[in-house]
Amino acid sequence: MRLTERHNEYWSRNLNLTLVLTIVWFTVTFVMSFFARELATINFFGWPLSFYLGAQGSLIVYLIIVWVYARKMDQLDHEYGVNERVD
Amino acid sequence: MSSQVSSNRAFFNQLKKYYTWYTGGFIVFVIALAVLEQLGLPRVWIGYVFLFATIGLYAGIGIMARTADIAEYYVAGRRVPAIFNGMATGADWMSAASFIGMAGGLYLQGFDGLAFIMGWTGGYCLVAFLLAPYLRKFGQFTIPDFLGARYGGNLARFIGVVAAIMCSFVYVVAQIYGVGLITSRMTGVEFTVGVFLGLAGILVCSFLGGMRAVTWTQVAQYIILIIAYLIPVVWLAVKHTGIPLPQFVYGAVLAKVTEREKVLTADPKEREVRDIFRQRAAEAKARVDTLPKSWEDGKAAAESRLADLRAANAPMTEQKAAEKALADYPKTPADARKAWTAQVESNTARSAPPMPHGEPFYSGNPDPKKAGAERDLKRLNFLALTFCLMVGTAALPHILMRYYTTPTVNEARQSVFWSLFCIFLLYFTAPSLAVLAKFDIYTLIVGKNFAELPGWVAAWQKVDPRLLSITDINKDGIVQLAEIAIGQDIIVLATPEIAGLPYVISGLVAAGGLAAALSTADGLLLTIANALSHDLYYKMIDPNASTHKRITVSKVLLLVVAILAATVSAQAPADILFLVSAAFSLGASAFFVPLVAGVFWKRATKWGAVAAMIGGMSVTWYYMITTQPWLRGVFNVTRPVSDYLWFGIQPISAGIFGLPVALALLIIVSLLTPVPDRQTQELVDHVRFPNLKGDGISTLST
Repeated sequence: MRLTERHNEYWSRNLNLTLVLTIVWFTVTFVMSFFARELATINFFGWPLSFYLGAQGSLIVYLIIVWVYARKMDQLDHEYGVNERVD
Repeated sequence: MSSQVSSNRAFFNQLKKYYTWYTGGFIVFVIALAVLEQLGLPRVWIGYVFLFATIGLYAGIGIMARTADIAEYYVAGRRVPAIFNGMATGADWMSAASFIGMAGGLYLQGFDGLAFIMGWTGGYCLVAFLLAPYLRKFGQFTIPDFLGARYGGNLARFIGVVAAIMCSFVYVVAQIYGVGLITSRMTGVEFTVGVFLGLAGILVCSFLGGMRAVTWTQVAQYIILIIAYLIPVVWLAVKHTGIPLPQFVYGAVLAKVTEREKVLTADPKEREVRDIFRQRAAEAKARVDTLPKSWEDGKAAAESRLADLRAANAPMTEQKAAEKALADYPKTPADARKAWTAQVESNTARSAPPMPHGEPFYSGNPDPKKAGAERDLKRLNFLALTFCLMVGTAALPHILMRYYTTPTVNEARQSVFWSLFCIFLLYFTAPSLAVLAKFDIYTLIVGKNFAELPGWVAAWQKVDPRLLSITDINKDGIVQLAEIAIGQDIIVLATPEIAGLPYVISGLVAAGGLAAALSTADGLLLTIANALSHDLYYKMIDPNASTHKRITVSKVLLLVVAILAATVSAQAPADILFLVSAAFSLGASAFFVPLVAGVFWKRATKWGAVAAMIGGMSVTWYYMITTQPWLRGVFNVTRPVSDYLWFGIQPISAGIFGLPVALALLIIVSLLTPVPDRQTQELVDHVRFPNLKGDGISTLST
C-alpha cells in the first residue's frame, strides 16, 4: 500500500523523538564519562558527581528515557490512528 | 478485539494473584528455615533444602507450563503482560556474573568498574527505541527470522544462526559453570556432579514447555534473586547508617572510605608490607632474567634440601613439605618463566597502595606525564567498554527474543521499561554494596589482631584461598590492608556473614545466585535450540515439517546442546569471564547494524547485511585472537601483544572495531547493489507502524 502524508509525518516525528533521546543517552553516558575526572571535584549530596552519575544518576536517566519513549509513542500512535486496538 | 482485551486483563489479574501468593509463600519458607536454624538445624541441611526446594519449584512450574503448541513453545503464546515480561527479561539478563561478580568487581576496580553498571543498563535505551517495538510488530519467533525476511533469503538467516549460536554458546557455558560452582558449594558435592545437577534444573524448566515454561520460571526466579540480593545489603546499611536504604545513604560511607584510604596509604606498617611485596617482585624478576641458570640452581637447591632433611631424619611434616616443594617446582625453564613472570605481576600488584575508590581513571604513577597518559588510556578503555556492552546488550538474541512475547507493540515498549526497572533494582544497589563492604573490611578487619578475626574469614579462607586470604606478611600479628587478598566473588557471598546475619540468609544468597544462573542458562539454551530447530531445520531444510515434528526436533536439540554445554563447562575452560564479554562484542558487531538498518534504512540490501555481519564478526575475532592471552595461546600467536593493539584498547572491547567496519560495509555494499524489491520495502513499512490499515502483509506467526 502507499503511505499517506500522515504516515510519513508519524514516522518523522518518531525519528525526531528517537534522535533526541539518543542524544540524551549519549551525553549522559559518554560525554559525562569523558569529563569524569573534572566532574569528580563537584560534591553531589556526599558523592563525587561523576561517581554518582556512573553508579546511579545515569541509570535513573535511562529509566526516564525508556519511559518517555513508551509514553510518547503511545500518544503518537493514537494521534495518527496507527494504534493497535480500540479500547 | 475487546474480548481479547478483557481476556488479557483476566490473565494479568490471575498472574498477579499467583505470583503474590508465591512471593508470600517464599518469604514464609525462609522464615520457617530461620526458625529451624535457631532450633538447631545443621547448616548443610539448610543448603540442601534451599537447593532442592527451589529447583523442585522451578520444575513444578516447568511441568505445569508444558505445551505442544508452536506459538506457545516459541513465544509463550504472545500474551505475556509487559511487567511480567520485564521480570522474565531481568532474570534472563542477570547472570551469575551480575549477581555474584558485579559488586566484587566494583569493590576491586572502584570507579572504573562502573562501565559494567552503565553498559549493562544503558543498552536498554537502544533496545527500547531501535529494536523492541519493531521486532514485536514483525512478530515471528527468532532473530534470524527477521534477518531472513528483511534481507531476502536463507543466506542472511544462516549467518544469523551462526552468530546467534556463537554468542549464546560461550555465554551458556559460563552460566552452567556458575551453576556447578554454586551447587557444589551449597551442598558439598563435587563440581562435576554440581554441573549435572544444575543441568537437570535447567532442563526441567525448558524441556517440556519451551519459551512458555521458561518465561514463567524466570519470573519466579527473578523474585527469588532480587529478594536474596537486597536483604543482606539493606541489613548492612542499617548497621552502618541506621537507614534501610543503602542506595541513598552510602555517599557518606564513600567519604569515610576515601578518608581511610588516605590513612592507609601513608601508614608505615602498610608501607612495610608493600615493600616486602616489592622485594619479592624484584627477586622473582631477577630469577626470570637469569633463566635458565636460575631454574637449574633452584631445582638443585630443592633437591639438596630434601636430601639433607632425609639424611638428618627431620620430622615427617618438614620432609613432606620439601617433597611437595620439589614436586611443585616448574618442570622446564619455559614453565618457570611463566610461573615466575606471574609472580612478578602478582607481587607488583600487591605492592601498590590502595586504589582510591571514587576516583575516575586512577593512575598511581609518580611521573605526572606518564600518569596522565595512563589515565587517558584508562578513560578510552572505559568509554570503549561501556559502548561495547551497551550495543552488545541491544544485540543479544536471547534478550531480543523476549520482546516477541508481549501481546502488542505498545506493551513491548512498556516491557522494555519494566525490564530495565527490574535490572535497575540490582544494578542500582551493587555500587552501594561494594562501598559498604569496603568500609567494613577497611575498618573491622584491617588493624585487628590475627587472633581476633571473625570466624567467617577463616571459613572462607578454607573454602577457597583465591576468594579470600589474609596472611601475616610482616609478622607483626596485626592485619594490614596490604596483607588481604580478595577475589571478587567473595563480596556478595560473604555479605550475610559480614553483616552478622544468620546462616539461612547465606543459603538464600546462594539460592539467588543459582536462580540468576539457571534463568540465564534457560534463555540461552532456548535461543540456541530455536536457531537450530526453527531457522535451520524448519525454514531451511524441511519447510513442510509438521508442528509435532518441529517441536520434537526442537526438544531433542535442546537436550543435545545442553549436554554439550555441560560437558564443556565440566572441563572448566580457562578464562571463562572473558568469553562472556566476548559474547557482547560478537553480538554487537554481528547483529546490531543489520537489525537497526533493517528497520531504519530501506536502502539496506541483502548483500550489505551479509557483508556487514561477516566483516564485523571477522574483525572482532581477529582482534580478540591477536590480543587476548588465552586465545593467543590457542591460536599460537607469538609476536608481542603490543604489535596488535590498536589505540591500546583491551580485547574485552573488541567490538568497538567490528561495529564501525560492519556499518561501513553495510552502507557501501548496499549502495553498490540494487535497491531492495517492493515487497521488502513494504515489509519495512509494515514493521514501522504498529497498525498499518490496509497493508497487505501479515508476518505474525501463530
